[in-house]
Amino acid sequence: MTQPLIKLEDISFSYPGRAATLERLNLELHPNERLCISGPNGIGKSTLLHIIVGLLKPDAGRVYAFGSQRVSERDFHEVRRLAGLVFQDPDDQLFCPTVAEDIAFGPLNLGKSKTETLTIVDQILDRFELTHLRERITHKLSGGEKRLVTLAAVMAMEPRVLLLDEPSNGLDEATTERLVEILTSLPQSMILISHDAHFRSKIATRSQSLIDGRLEDFDPKCKHAKP
Amino acid sequence: MQTEVRQLSSTVFSVGHLDPRIRIIAVAAFAVVVVSLNSFWALGLAVCLSALTLPFSRLPVATTLKRMAGMDGFILLILVMLPFTMPGQTWFTLFGFAASWEGLWRALQIAMKANAIVLMLLTMIGSMETVTLGQALHRLKVPETLVQLLLFTVRYVDVLRDEYLRSRVAMKARGFRPANSIHSYKSFGYLVGMMLIKAMERSERVLNAMKCRGFAGRWPHLDVMLFKVHDWIFTGFAIGFLLVLIWVNLQ
Repeated sequence: MTQPLIKLEDISFSYPGRAATLERLNLELHPNERLCISGPNGIGKSTLLHIIVGLLKPDAGRVYAFGSQRVSERDFHEVRRLAGLVFQDPDDQLFCPTVAEDIAFGPLNLGKSKTETLTIVDQILDRFELTHLRERITHKLSGGEKRLVTLAAVMAMEPRVLLLDEPSNGLDEATTERLVEILTSLPQSMILISHDAHFRSKIATRSQSLIDGRLEDFDPKCKHAKP
Repeated sequence: MQTEVRQLSSTVFSVGHLDPRIRIIAVAAFAVVVVSLNSFWALGLAVCLSALTLPFSRLPVATTLKRMAGMDGFILLILVMLPFTMPGQTWFTLFGFAASWEGLWRALQIAMKANAIVLMLLTMIGSMETVTLGQALHRLKVPETLVQLLLFTVRYVDVLRDEYLRSRVAMKARGFRPANSIHSYKSFGYLVGMMLIKAMERSERVLNAMKCRGFAGRWPHLDVMLFKVHDWIFTGFAIGFLLVLIWVNLQ
């Protein structure tokens, strides 16, 4: 078996003054895998993604990513580039005034030149068929457009893994369909959090459910959600 | 929007063609000169100059003048009070209070200065996208923190407004009607407090999103601003006009 891209070992995490959110949790993501995670609200699914990219520090346990153990903030700089996190609320992620600038933010931070960055911006926009939004002001986009732009902005950093936090939230059917098409056509491995059983069934190659602070293999109850 | 404006007016000169930096510098210089003028000829000329730039800004004339009048509303009280508060030759007396000619002239001067500067500000900078303004300020070496404050405000003021309106609707849906009661003030207090907390939490999430994309404290800028030939010509004209204003004032 190939080495996992991301591996969490015995991760425990609790927010101050609350019971443990994650308890000795284990997770593995392998190449070409699209792992879907479900679970009730507030159970710690987003927390899990934030631990992978080092935005939150676990109380105990080890994070391995892309072949080495990651401990310090410096270690996670590389992880954040290689594992692109798409946030739950697009308004949190689209902080630049225009679409082009938002997509350019990542590549510029990676030290790319202006000309290189502009090429990347145009390529990504073209690939996601979003060129018409290039100069638009980010907060004036529709919910669906915002979602696709956040995905494009993360893809501009050429990550090897995508971490998606409820990407189908608040999208209409057509946009959800388009998102499914885009996600299944991408070569990246991904961890995807979603409450939408139908959405998960279209994308997942493996499903897990977060229960009592641990991940368990998951067999969907709803018959429509079965592949 | 800026590009649309640019395309529409590509054949005729407009303020939009100019480098944003020179527009900011020109307005600042104009304001400093006009504030120090005191001859009515020079002030009249300054007002005419501001009015002349209006057609080149491609701004709707009526709306712009209305905005200028809005500013006049703020200083109206001072203008009316000035003749009565400045000592000098009596112009007329009202209820035993004497209005002076000196006060009237001073009030007129202030009105002309204020209108000339505000109109110039509207035509030269009001026609600029806020984003462009922020980037131009950054290039003029305005502290990065201030520029980021401006850009983040532009980006999130609508999000906050939506949040406020959603909360207001939610309150209304549960029968809340503002009244002069403890309950009303308390509810508004909760609303404001909740908005502050939400804004703070959002700022943390935004910072996290920035970190995820490699942000390390320095903001990268994408656009290029070029100082072209017509910017130099404009600079020449601007300096010329300001010198003329000063010369007229000295006569």
